Amino acid sequence: MCCMIDSDIPIINSKLLREKIQENSIRIVDVRREQEYQQGHITNSVNLPLAKLLADDSSESIQKIAQDLGISDETPVVIYDDTFGALSSRVVWALQYIGHKDVKLLDVTFSQWKDLGYEISTEVPEIETATHSVKINPEIMATAEYLEKVKENKNVVIIDNRERLNYLEQHIPGAINIPYRTLASDGKILRTKEGMKTLLKNRGISEDAEIITYCGSVGTLSGLAYYALKSIGVPNVKLYVHSFKEWKSLEKPIDKQENANYWDLSAE
Amino acid sequence: MCVTLPISKTYNYTAIKNRQMAQQLRPSKPADKQSKIDWSRRQEAENFAETVKLFRQGKIDPDMFRRFRLQHGAYGTRMTDDYAMVRIKVPAGQVYPNQLEKIAQLSEMYSIGSAHFSTRENIQLHWVILEDVSEIMQSLADVGMTSREACGNTVRNVMCSPMSGVCKDEIFDATPYAMAIARFMLRNPICQGLPRKFKFNFTCCEKHGMIRIVDVGLLPQIQEIDGEKRKGFKIFLGGGLGNRSFVGHQLEDFTPVEDLLYTSMAVIRIFDRMGDRKNLSRNRMRYLVNDLGWEKFQNLVLKERAVVKATQSVIVKLNIDESVNEIQRPISVNDESASVPDGYARWEKTNVEKQSQSGFNSVFIGLEAGDITANQLRSVAEIIRDYSAEGFARNGFSQNIVIRYVHDDDLKSMYSRLIENGLAKTGSLTMASAVGCSGTTSCNLALTNSHRLAKEVQRKFLELNYDDDDDLKDSTIKISGCPNSCGQHQIATIGFYGGGGRHGTDMFPNYTMSLGGKFDEDAMLGHHTARVPVKRIIPVILKIIELFKENKQSDDTLAKWIDRVVSGNESSKITGVDDIKKAIAPLIVPPNVEDEPDFYMDYGSDTNYHTVTGKGECAA
Ligand code: HEM
Ligand code: SF4
Repeated sequence: MCCMIDSDIPIINSKLLREKIQENSIRIVDVRREQEYQQGHITNSVNLPLAKLLADDSSESIQKIAQDLGISDETPVVIYDDTFGALSSRVVWALQYIGHKDVKLLDVTFSQWKDLGYEISTEVPEIETATHSVKINPEIMATAEYLEKVKENKNVVIIDNRERLNYLEQHIPGAINIPYRTLASDGKILRTKEGMKTLLKNRGISEDAEIITYCGSVGTLSGLAYYALKSIGVPNVKLYVHSFKEWKSLEKPIDKQENANYWDLSAE
Repeated sequence: MCVTLPISKTYNYTAIKNRQMAQQLRPSKPADKQSKIDWSRRQEAENFAETVKLFRQGKIDPDMFRRFRLQHGAYGTRMTDDYAMVRIKVPAGQVYPNQLEKIAQLSEMYSIGSAHFSTRENIQLHWVILEDVSEIMQSLADVGMTSREACGNTVRNVMCSPMSGVCKDEIFDATPYAMAIARFMLRNPICQGLPRKFKFNFTCCEKHGMIRIVDVGLLPQIQEIDGEKRKGFKIFLGGGLGNRSFVGHQLEDFTPVEDLLYTSMAVIRIFDRMGDRKNLSRNRMRYLVNDLGWEKFQNLVLKERAVVKATQSVIVKLNIDESVNEIQRPISVNDESASVPDGYARWEKTNVEKQSQSGFNSVFIGLEAGDITANQLRSVAEIIRDYSAEGFARNGFSQNIVIRYVHDDDLKSMYSRLIENGLAKTGSLTMASAVGCSGTTSCNLALTNSHRLAKEVQRKFLELNYDDDDDLKDSTIKISGCPNSCGQHQIATIGFYGGGGRHGTDMFPNYTMSLGGKFDEDAMLGHHTARVPVKRIIPVILKIIELFKENKQSDDTLAKWIDRVVSGNESSKITGVDDIKKAIAPLIVPPNVEDEPDFYMDYGSDTNYHTVTGKGECAA
C-alpha cells in the first residue's frame, strides 16, 4: 500500500486508486447515506452510512461492521465521502481504534471524483464477510474525564475544530482553534504535508505534544484534524469522540471571548 | 499531484456544476481576466511569520511590533492580542473573480466565514489568529493581492470612484492614474514613516466620489492650453474626517497630468517634514493645513513642487497603463422568453445605473454593512464571469460591490442569479443602505455596536419599502461606533456616532445625531442635533421622515429639505434644527429600567450596557 501514498500528500491519490479498483485485495468504503450510494458510487465500493457507525460506538459493534464489510485485519481500506473528508475520517478513527492498521482517506470527495470522469457504478459488489480482531488502541481516544485531567499539562494541546464564531462563543478552557476548513487546500481534502507542518509551526504547536482534537458533537470535524495530524507523522493524537456536546451536557467549565459582538459581522 | 481541480472549489460542488453548465450554455465566455498588476511580495509573508514568533517570545518591543504589524495590514482586535483584522488592499477598488474566490476560501480557513467590504475599497477579514496572518499573506500572493500599507502611517488604499470609466458626467477615466499612484507609493521609502496615515481619492465626478474629505482628492479635468486639449485634475488638499473634520481646499485651477506625481510628492514631503509627530490626536495633514492656514500651505506645496521638479536627478515617472480594457459581452444565449422575476422593477430602479456606454449598466450589489459570506463571494465571482463584459468588479464606497458592463438584455437573468444567491437586496443606491463601521464587533475603540445598528436600520427601511421612495433616494445614513468617524457619519444626511448615556445609575448606548452632511461640491459636515438612545434611533429617523413629508415642497427630497433646515432657510413649520429637536424630544426620554430593560442593552447583546474599550491603534 505504501506505493499508493503520494509522497507529499498523506492520502490516497485518486488516480492510483483507479488502478487498484479492480483488485479485490482492497476495500473501498463509501460513507454517504444509503440512498446516495445507490444512485452511484465509486466502482467496487461498499456502503457504510456514518449514522450506522455512530448508532453504536462500542468496539464490538465496530468489529461487526468491519467484518460485515469484508474487512479483515490485513485488508487495505480506502474511505471517501461527499463532504470534505470529515465523515470518512471518523470511520478511519473507529477502525484504527479497534486496531486496524491500513486505512486511509481518498484525496478527493465523491463529487470531485465524478467530475474528473472516473469510474462510478450502481452495482453493489458481493461481500464476503471476514474476520477482524479487536486490539483496542486506547492512546487515540480521549474522554471528558481524561481531558479534564490532562488539560493543564504543559505538553498537552487541545484543538477545537469548529468554525471561528462558534469557538469564540464558547470553548473548552485552554483550547486553541483550527477550523476544519483550515485543513484543506485547493481542490484537496487535506493540505500538503509541508503546508500542515507550516501551520503547526506558525501556531507554535510542537509535533511532540500530546494533541487532543474535538468539535461540536460526534467527532467528525475533529476526526479530520486527527487524521491530518496523524498522517503527517504526529505520534500522539487523540480524538475526543463525544466532543463539545458532551462537555456542555456534563456542565464542565467553558470559556468565552467576552465584550465583543463578533456574530454581527457574519452575513449568514 | 497529477490531478488538477478548479482552484478554491473544494467545497462548493454546486458552483462547479453550475459553472460547467454555464460554460456549456455559453460558449463565448471570455477567458478569466486576472489582475495585470501583482501587488504582492511573498517574502513579506515569511518575514511576518518570523516576526510574530519573535514578538511572542518577547524578543521584540510591543510598540515596534505594532508598527510592523500595521505596516503589513493587520489591525488589532477588540479586547485581545490573539486576533487581528487583515485589511486587503484593492487599489482603485478593482477586483477580479479569482481574487474573490481566494478571499472566500481564506475567510473560511482563517476568519469567520464572511468577509467585509469597507468604505475605502478594502476587503477585510476579521478575527484572524495573529499566527495565521502570514498564511493569508501567502495565499493573497497567489492572486496578486497585498495587505501591505493598508494600515499604519502610510499611503492607504488609493481609491477611485466605482463609476470611473462608465460615468455619464466624467471627463476622462481616472482609473489608470489611481493605479499608477498606488503603484508608485506602495513600498516607496518616501512614505514608510509618515507622521500619520495618508489618503488619496480619485473620482469620476463630484457626485460619485469623496474628494473633499481626504488628504488628496482628485477630479479629472480637461483644459485647452495653447490650442491643445490637455488632461489634468482639480486637486483638493487637507480634507478629512475624524474627531475633528475638515473639508479640503482646491490647490490650483488646473493641475496637468504631467504634474500629478510631482504635486503628490511635494505634498507628501511637506507633510513628512512638517507634520506633527508628537501629538497623536492631531497629526493628520488637515491639522497642519489648519495650523498654517491654507494660503501658506498652498504656497509651500507649489514651491516644493518646483523644487521636486528641479532636483530630480533621474526622471521619476508614473507608470500609467492606459491600454483599453477588452469589453466582450460574455453571454450569447438570451433568455428573452424567461418571465420577469418578481421584484425586478424595484431592484432595477434602486440598484442599477446606466453607463455612458449605450446598452450597458452598472449593477450595485447591496450588502448589510458590507458583510458577505464565503459562498456569496464565490457566486459574485461566477456572476462577474457570466455577466460583466469587462470581467472584473469594483468595490463601491458604501460597503458594496459594483458589477459593470452588464448588457441591457442580461439584467433580468442576472437579477435571477442574484436572487438565488441572496444578493438581490434592493435599495443599494438609496438611503436604505446604511453604512456602519465595525463598532463593538471587532474594534478596540468602539463604544457601541454601530455595525449591527446599520443592519437594523437597513432592514427597517426595506420592510417599509423606503428604498422605493424617490424623496429619500439622495439621502444617506452613516453610523460610527465612536467619535472617530470610520463610518463617515459627518457626511451623511443623517449621521450617528456612538457613546454612553446614563439614567440614574443605569447606562445605555447613546448616539450623537448629526444632520445635513454632504460630500459633493458643497461638501459640509453635519450639524450635531441631539443625543439619541440606540433603541430610539429607528423611531427618530422615522419621525424626521414624517416631519419632512408633512412639510416638504412638491419636488423636494429629504436631503434638500434637511439642508434648508440646518442652514435656517426652511420656511415651513420646521424652521430650524431646534424644531426638529422639539419634535423628537418626547421620543428620547429614558424609561425606567424596570419598565423597559431592552432600552439598556445594545443591539446584539442581552446584558446591560457598559462601556469597555481597549488600546486604540488609530494613530499607529
Ligand atoms: C482614532 C482612531 C481612528 C480614526 C480617527 C479613524 C478614522 C477613520 C476614518 C476617517 C475612516 C473613514 C474612511 C474614509 O476616510 O473614507 C476610517 C475607516 C475605517 N476604520 Fe478607522 N479610524 C480610527 C481607528 C480605527 C480602529 C481602531 C479600527 C479598528 C480596527 C478602525 C477600523 C476602520 C474600518 C474598518 C474602516 C472602514 C469602515 C468600514 O467600511 O467598515 N479604525 N477610519
Ligand atoms: S468609528 Fe470608532 S468604533 Fe468605529 S471603527 Fe472607528 S474607531 Fe472603531
